Amino acid sequence: MFRSHTSSSAAVLSLPPALQGDIAVWIFLLAELLAFGVFFLAYAFARARNPELFDAAQAGIDRQSGLVNTLLLVSSSALVAQAVAVVRRAGADAARRAAAALLGAIACGLGFLVVKGHEYAAHFAAGIELSSSTFSMFYLGLTGFHFFHVVLGLVVLVVLWRQTAAGVYRSGDANGLESGAAYWHMVDLVWLVLFPLVYVMH
Amino acid sequence: MRTNDSVYSPLTVWLALVVATGITFFAGEFGPAGRWLVIGVLALALFKGSLVALHFMELRHAPAVWKWSVLGWLWAVVLGIVGAYLKGMS
Repeated sequence: MFRSHTSSSAAVLSLPPALQGDIAVWIFLLAELLAFGVFFLAYAFARARNPELFDAAQAGIDRQSGLVNTLLLVSSSALVAQAVAVVRRAGADAARRAAAALLGAIACGLGFLVVKGHEYAAHFAAGIELSSSTFSMFYLGLTGFHFFHVVLGLVVLVVLWRQTAAGVYRSGDANGLESGAAYWHMVDLVWLVLFPLVYVMH
Repeated sequence: MRTNDSVYSPLTVWLALVVATGITFFAGEFGPAGRWLVIGVLALALFKGSLVALHFMELRHAPAVWKWSVLGWLWAVVLGIVGAYLKGMS
């Protein structure tokens, strides 16, 4: 049962494997991943039937915005991971430093929404909507579904930030923080597949 | 409580994610279209996704069933997309 983690530093104790966060949240995350997975494969197979249409339509989307948003999401995720690590190490001023990291994560998430909102505004101004083409249906459907997950994730992060600043989470007692963090990382993980799939491959 | 292995600190994982994201973007801008672009950027997505799952979601310390549920999802999605693209090119 007790396994050593060879990737950890030499002084590490052998600890039993454990899921960080609430198991119910993880079941929910797997269901979310399945939904996104079906969406991704539907996109890929729809494209396989009509590669010319998808390539032509993809040329109209802004890959630089996709790059900026990927950088914002991975940075946000890293800051959340940092907040969890700070709470767990329980050093001096842990609550304040963890809350600051979460605030940075929230700022990156808001930046994502601003960039994506700009993209949507440009698409709608160009008359592109869900029913315009098979590509636009998938592009707007898939990124829109993800967009709402970012919005929900930001609500979660604001709650975590307030709780962390109030000193609610402590080393060994941070289940709520770990569960919310897992959700935010899931939103990041999904985008890491979405970005090459929708913005890059052609 | 888990100790924080410094090689995989949030900062080093973040750096790897940023570099892999940059390569993905430049491959899309300047690389050749088609099969090798698809395989290359999806291999990078697999790398990045595994980093997030194992280190940010901390699944490297989780029971195997959870770890492989998420990593298995990632592999299945990536292989499915590669299969669909290769089918579309043939």
